[in-house]
Amino acid sequence: MLSHLRPAVVSMGLFTVLLGLAYPLAVTGVAQAAFPAPANGSLVRDAKGAVVGSALIGQAFAQPGYLHPRPSAAGANGYDASASSGSNLGPLNPALAQRVKTEADALRAENPGAAIPADAVTTSGSGLDPDISPEYARFQAPRVARARGAPVAAVQAVIDGQAQGRLFGFVGQPRVNVLAVNRALDARFPVHDRKDG
Amino acid sequence: MNWQGWAEIALTLGLAVAIGWPLGSYMSRVWNGERTWLDPVLRPVEGVFYKACGVDPAKSQSWYGYAGALLAFNLVGFLLVYAVLRLQGVLPLNPQGFPSLSGHLSFNTAISFVTNTNWQSYAGESTMSTLSQMLVLTTQNFVSAATGATIAAALARAFVANRGEGVGNFWADLVRTTLYVLLPLSFVLAVVLVALGLPQTLAAGVTAHTLEGADQKISLYATASQEAIKMLGINGGGIFNANSAHPFENPTPLTNLITAVSINVLGWAAFFAFGRSVLAKKDIRALVVAGMVLLSAGAATIYVTETQAAPALVAAHIDASINMEGKETRFGAPATAAWAAMTTGASNGSVNGMHSSLMPLGGGMAMFLMHLGEILPGGIGSGIAIMVVMAVLSVFVAGLMVGRTPEYLGKKIEAREVQLSILAVVAIPVSTLGFSAIAAVLPEALKGLMHTGPHGLSEILYAYTSATANNGSAFAGLTANAPWWDATLGVAMALGRFLPIVAVLAMAGSLAAKPKLAPSAGTLPTDGGLFIGLLVGVILILGGLQFFPALALGPIVEHFQVLAAVAGLH
Repeated sequence: MLSHLRPAVVSMGLFTVLLGLAYPLAVTGVAQAAFPAPANGSLVRDAKGAVVGSALIGQAFAQPGYLHPRPSAAGANGYDASASSGSNLGPLNPALAQRVKTEADALRAENPGAAIPADAVTTSGSGLDPDISPEYARFQAPRVARARGAPVAAVQAVIDGQAQGRLFGFVGQPRVNVLAVNRALDARFPVHDRKDG
Repeated sequence: MNWQGWAEIALTLGLAVAIGWPLGSYMSRVWNGERTWLDPVLRPVEGVFYKACGVDPAKSQSWYGYAGALLAFNLVGFLLVYAVLRLQGVLPLNPQGFPSLSGHLSFNTAISFVTNTNWQSYAGESTMSTLSQMLVLTTQNFVSAATGATIAAALARAFVANRGEGVGNFWADLVRTTLYVLLPLSFVLAVVLVALGLPQTLAAGVTAHTLEGADQKISLYATASQEAIKMLGINGGGIFNANSAHPFENPTPLTNLITAVSINVLGWAAFFAFGRSVLAKKDIRALVVAGMVLLSAGAATIYVTETQAAPALVAAHIDASINMEGKETRFGAPATAAWAAMTTGASNGSVNGMHSSLMPLGGGMAMFLMHLGEILPGGIGSGIAIMVVMAVLSVFVAGLMVGRTPEYLGKKIEAREVQLSILAVVAIPVSTLGFSAIAAVLPEALKGLMHTGPHGLSEILYAYTSATANNGSAFAGLTANAPWWDATLGVAMALGRFLPIVAVLAMAGSLAAKPKLAPSAGTLPTDGGLFIGLLVGVILILGGLQFFPALALGPIVEHFQVLAAVAGLH
């Protein structure tokens, strides 16, 4: 064992320099030079250049004129992008049934008679799901239209403009990026003042 | 369920084998020291390693010399990771300003990354500095994967040898696998992943000012470089708490396809490399078929369970055709099912959806695939090595039936090989069931559970299964960052890693010394359908039966509770 000590220590040192420093720094260099936008978090900026979010990271929306994301278990209030987490609730956990029922009741009050899709009442694995299903987006279109004083069909057209299908027709799921739709809504129907001005 | 889902699952599982095949030839050349097209760049680097270490890569070691070198290397790795995590708070490149980790968490995490398990008792983005992620965790992702590969290289040499003595040189196998296989592939994959959306920055994060006027703090890391080796090295430890469900680790269906394939590709490559190295491609192809049969069945099962009616949705009168709790919109049921099977069939442990929120039989299947011994295709090299152990046990069982001395790949299988084979597979049941039995009655352990009843037992079982099988995924409702869990899971990981490794290397030593036999009329053919059936049976009995009583009290009884609950709601 002692004869192995020198190669063990020396090789671990060399590996650490090569794999723990040179490799990630080299990838960082290439990434920052060739793909700066994704490398820095796919940030989305407003007209003034201020960061309003990341295209990949879901954020909370509660105002009626915006499309709302799925429920989230990330952080204490959801959509904490420094504390990703699923709920980890098992299928029979009473807390899950209770939460689903509360969400479902609220949605039914908002749009009575319409079918509620499953993603509208379930938390994602990350708690940062940037997308909702096209069905959930359609479910919300009447509320958004009301709040913005716009025709439902026009709001639905904005949503459809941001919808993404399956890759090659069968990989992944159809989806709508919530932040992208909401930015498009603000651009198309600019009635919605930002609270902070 | 729909055709798109089945097609996606088939493509994901199939691509891993299809790409693993040619990569296996390359890996075998690397193990054998043959020329590769990367030689002009990497030979000099390789030479630096041997010179600085003072080792002769051409000198073949005895099995215990090889094992001693492996254990010494891993011990040094453990101490280094432990030291860096304990000192994180005073070390540089900590833009997050995170403090040092506790003793028990550092112990657990160091063992976890050295053993290629990547169990995480912590949440990455609220615990680990950029330095810790890069310097020790990324490094261990490489070298722990290479350590696993070395035992397959050694075992292959043992089968080729004719009254030989050594099993190869650990340092050469370690350095060559890391430099020629893992590093170039990871570099290419990391750059591709950045192009497809993964962050790669030394900054700690940004604060966004959202459209509704709130602040959102978004954590960032050098994500892609660690993600690439996390998948290719079959490690599974995420930068972020949500692992590959996090949109920064896995933003699109395309990155999901690429990274899911990466979970299994080098595991299968090691199968094909082993076949080429021992000149028994057909026999090893039979092992691949057996593995794919079991893995496909696992993935299909989970796809079916995740399209079962979930009681919470039924109760609220909502479309219950997909159990969306814990799943990402962009992945849905099929991509989550394929991933869950591939990550537990391999010893990866990354997740793109939360396993604790799977339907009971879906979560149970994830556990069961780990119980089978991490051979579908398991870790790089460690998977094929244990699969060969299963094949050895299969020919032994067949030999008992017909009363002949069994042979496998030209070597007589005798008492010593069978004893060592059992030693190699006994860690998972002993450690899993032993620790689970204690934890289930210990108040100190039960404090960590999120659920009571069968799902609570599943949290315990899953944790010890995952740790001992060196997988790393979890029913993450369990709060494992406490002295009891950190300590016992650490011991389980070490036991599940090093007991099989030493047993396999000892078997390699024993096999190497035997004469290489030509097949005779009395040799059981090990490349056909009959043997595949026998092997699948042995794997299922060894893996399955031992765990059936425990599974019956966890996921199986919970499944019937779900059926009863849904029936009562209609």
